[in-house]
Amino acid sequence: MAIFGPRANLFMNAALLGVTGAVIVLLLAVWVVPVIGYNTQERFAPQQPIPFSHKHHVSGLGIDCRYCHTEVEKSADAGMPSTAICMTCHSQIWTNAAMLAPDRQSLATNTPIRWTRVYTLPDYVFFDHSIHIAKGVGCTECHGPIGDMALTWKARTLYMSWCLSCHRDPAPHLRPRDEVFNPHWQRTSATPSGAALMAEYNIHTDNLSDCGICHR
Amino acid sequence: MTMTLPREFLPDAPVVAPDVTLTSLSEEVSGRVLMDRAPLWWWIGFAIAFALFTVLIIQMGWLFIGGIGLWGVNIPVAWGLAIAEYVWWIALASGGTIVSALFFLTRSPWRSATNRIAESMLLSAAPCAGLMPIMHLGRPGLFYWLFPYSNVMGVWPQVRSPLWWDFICLLCYILMSIMYYYAGILPDLATVRDLAKSRFKQIFYGILALGWRGSSEEWRNQRIVYAIMSAIMAPMVVSVHSVVGLDFAGGLTPGWHDTQFPPYFFFGAVISGTAVIMMLTIMVRWGCGLHDVLTGYHLNALAKVMLVGSVMLGYAYVWEAFGPIYGSDVAERTEFFQRIFGFTAPLFWSEKILTVVIPQLLWLPLVRRNQLLLFLISGGIIVGMWQERVMFVTASLEHNSIPSRWGVFFPTLWDWAALAGTIGLFLTLFFLFLRFAPIVSIAEVREVVEAERSK
Repeated sequence: MAIFGPRANLFMNAALLGVTGAVIVLLLAVWVVPVIGYNTQERFAPQQPIPFSHKHHVSGLGIDCRYCHTEVEKSADAGMPSTAICMTCHSQIWTNAAMLAPDRQSLATNTPIRWTRVYTLPDYVFFDHSIHIAKGVGCTECHGPIGDMALTWKARTLYMSWCLSCHRDPAPHLRPRDEVFNPHWQRTSATPSGAALMAEYNIHTDNLSDCGICHR
Repeated sequence: MTMTLPREFLPDAPVVAPDVTLTSLSEEVSGRVLMDRAPLWWWIGFAIAFALFTVLIIQMGWLFIGGIGLWGVNIPVAWGLAIAEYVWWIALASGGTIVSALFFLTRSPWRSATNRIAESMLLSAAPCAGLMPIMHLGRPGLFYWLFPYSNVMGVWPQVRSPLWWDFICLLCYILMSIMYYYAGILPDLATVRDLAKSRFKQIFYGILALGWRGSSEEWRNQRIVYAIMSAIMAPMVVSVHSVVGLDFAGGLTPGWHDTQFPPYFFFGAVISGTAVIMMLTIMVRWGCGLHDVLTGYHLNALAKVMLVGSVMLGYAYVWEAFGPIYGSDVAERTEFFQRIFGFTAPLFWSEKILTVVIPQLLWLPLVRRNQLLLFLISGGIIVGMWQERVMFVTASLEHNSIPSRWGVFFPTLWDWAALAGTIGLFLTLFFLFLRFAPIVSIAEVREVVEAERSK
């Protein structure tokens, strides 16, 4: 008696195809899943206690980044504005706006507003805002068109490969010092070349992608 | 002028016993696989092996929780038993390919009965070798970073490092060895399928045999594939083990930084790999009662390979001593004298006796016919090669270029647990091979039987 029936070959071929397919699906999953928007949270605006609009405050009213993010030139953290900073204006205008109720409550109870973090880095990455500002990396290089965002959304993946793309070749991402906080800056023919800016800021790429630069 | 070699066996000494026929061969070897209950000795051996294997599981679990501080490694001796035993295991595995592929190319008749044992040994030892560096990693869960896969970190393995070549070599070698084993065993699986009585075994071996029918076309293709793979595997194993040598030669540590290490390591693989095949062949011969297929002819041939290995190793040892003494590097010379007269001196001298001095007994035909002596000499060689690797890895780091950073390495209980555990893994796998796959190549021994008959 034959061990296998006439359909055995069909099953075998189907199984082999299935295994091959499974391997391909697995490879695709490893390759594709980490970069889909759902995982990177790119272009995703989390809900905030107050729907703060950078578009209104920055592009509309022309307030400088540093008016609210006071620490950005001096410290690792850009600094989230205190309630008192909001209240420099909002104690005078829109004082009864329902939208600003959490702001007033924060002032009354003396507890900070709990904003939702948009840009999260792992604890083993020691990012420092001040050095990037000092070396001519504009806000919009990482934060995208922040001046035009009605709600703040994440503009970059924050993947290490993205960090390294600039650390390995910073020149195209640099701008003159007085344009760093300009949310609508564009490179023109009058802009100094990347190489000139590299020289001006004294940037050397030899050790810029060493592990210890970001991971201590 | 023709050279005549003294022979202790008559020119027509049989490779297999004269009473072996094609039918009795198939039934004898397949019977070992198809028997309903494994013999008691198999169960006892498997139980011991599995108990040791659980030691490995416990050791690995505790190691992954606690970190490699459990072991005796320290600064300056950051490479301890794990790396030494990696080299040791991969050398044993390489011996399997040397016997199987190299002697296929030379058409040596004794290889036909021992090659399956050699390959089973190889496939059992390779996982032990692969585990060692992974356990040695501080973060073993991230070992796959060695693989150049598309990742979001933007970092790639350092392709200029011999350690990375080693990873690639080992990966290719293991994959290639699995395919080589399978290409060789295919006709045998069909034999087992045909002789199987129970429905389950018929289907199990039937699927494994991939519908082998034994047509001349299939035999022709199988022989071509096998010959091509042998021709790839034989040089491959030399390069794989040379790259293991480069792991050390690439470092600037005194005692490691020497161009002779690629062949030196390969010589070690020849002798220790053959020694373990010798031990397994003697055990399989007695355990499975295959005295008529695995004859004195095979043991004699393996003993000669071992002898050649020991002579080559002795040559490498001479150059290992000559370099530091003749050269002008003070660090090299200091390290060498520390090695032979210092803390590691007992390891050094006993190892030389076990791997080079005692194997010289194999010049005597009397010794090559005595299975007990062969077994003991082989065991001594394997232990000696373990000592050699341990001494080689640790002594250099202990006496590095800066005397203020000298230190000593001493293994902890967990180091020994890792060794015992990998021996358990090796034996567990080998016992499974012994139970579920033909341990002697039926197809190739048939050729030998035919050749003997037509003499």
